[in-house]
Amino acid sequence: MYVAVKGGERAIDNAHAWLADERRGDTAIPELSVAQIREQMALAVNRVMAEGSLYDPDLAALAIKQARGDLIEAIFLIRAYRTTLPRFGGSNPIETEDMACDRRVSATFKDAPGGQVLGPTFDYTHRLLDFKLAADGEGADVPTAAPSDAATPHIMSFLDREGLIQTEPTGDAVPDDLTRTPLELPASRALRLQSLTRGDEGFLLGMAYSTQRGYARNHAFVAELRIGTVAVEMEIPELGFAIEIGEITVTECETVNQFQGSKTQPPQFTRGYGLVFGMTERKAISMALVDRALRWKELGEDNLGAPAQDEEFVLYHGDNIQATGFLEHIKLPHYVDFQSELELIRKLRREAHDNISREAAE
Amino acid sequence: MNMMSDPNASRKSWLGLLAKSAASDVARHWAALNMTPDHTVLRSPEIGGVMVRGRAGAVGAAFNLGEMTVTRASVRLADGTVGHGYVQGREKDHALHAALVDALMQTDAAETVEAVVLTPLRDAMTARKTGRAAKAAATKVDFYTMVRGED
Repeated sequence: MYVAVKGGERAIDNAHAWLADERRGDTAIPELSVAQIREQMALAVNRVMAEGSLYDPDLAALAIKQARGDLIEAIFLIRAYRTTLPRFGGSNPIETEDMACDRRVSATFKDAPGGQVLGPTFDYTHRLLDFKLAADGEGADVPTAAPSDAATPHIMSFLDREGLIQTEPTGDAVPDDLTRTPLELPASRALRLQSLTRGDEGFLLGMAYSTQRGYARNHAFVAELRIGTVAVEMEIPELGFAIEIGEITVTECETVNQFQGSKTQPPQFTRGYGLVFGMTERKAISMALVDRALRWKELGEDNLGAPAQDEEFVLYHGDNIQATGFLEHIKLPHYVDFQSELELIRKLRREAHDNISREAAE
Repeated sequence: MNMMSDPNASRKSWLGLLAKSAASDVARHWAALNMTPDHTVLRSPEIGGVMVRGRAGAVGAAFNLGEMTVTRASVRLADGTVGHGYVQGREKDHALHAALVDALMQTDAAETVEAVVLTPLRDAMTARKTGRAAKAAATKVDFYTMVRGED
């Protein structure tokens, strides 16, 4: 029997009123503006855009404010908003070759054309708390140098030219979209990449780390990591040609991995790919490692039974909104479910008790 | 390929500039233009999403990276010229201004619009890009080899 129970309404309203009050915190402290979050919590904003799967820094900042800094809650808000937007279409694939790079490093070639550009990185900092930031937030004087006009070709293109690296299948087919059709397995590479780029950073980091520690080991070098802005171009039917409709910041990571030879192919390096909205370096590297691990089948490798090779495991558990939705629902009322469990266990115990008594009597 | 051979090159260029410029900048320069052309709104500003695509391995087949917010609008001037605006973000006025500029750029007013709206927008964009590129250039590593040994 299903029994509807009412009575939570007043408590819920009051809980939400208190939530709003707690969100604001001590009113003697100035309130955070959405613009302050967008400008000064930029990496949190970037993560919310990447995993919320919607590039809009103002909305991501608003979501972070509303969620009291709980980024998964903020991502949830963005995902929910995203579903309300009419889809104008799909862009032409962005050309990361033309990226205006803030950062561009290669762990494989020291003298890469275009150079090693560190950008605004945490690398090489001492990870000591800077108490100056607690006192004042003065902007530093940023040194500049003459901008270079030199192109920054993808490092991978050099290996490509020599045939030392596995080539990427090309094609202009419209890619599968997991926001339109439910994810089915086996998933195409396009679906895997879409799923990974919006997947939970922590989950992907753990999965990627597991491949480094030996689970589906395929030693990865970061051939190139670049962060910067690219234009987004879309065909506009009413114009009859493509125009740029905006500009986004993305992080791209290309890994070069241990080579594989086969009966028909000489040994070749293989590649993993990460591309993520915003300045999201840890996520992009993780994505590239996990992408590479998931490619075992198409690259003719053995299934070592490693978690990172298991696309069902990775793709079905990497989405933090799906995960948190299912996980958190168990705290909501299950009174009737539990009542039936209670009755069942009481009955079993009664029967067990009766059996013991009967056996003792006999 | 020569850019000049594309008959739509200049229109593409101003539409892209309008899309990528900040809504507040577009509004400010539009106001400076001080024009109130007679027009009908063919498509009221509409906020939507565009699925941004990337390429597997930077060069391979396309995949869906995620959406971005875009606002679009279309107008028709009294003389029948139609203008379209597709701009990044959710500012409805931004899309309307872009559509009006697009329409006016196809009329005799083009020279004025170019000077008062597009040129300052283009300058601002160049300044922003150059500013970041200059900071990036200062973080470029100059490798040198430590001399080893006695001689």
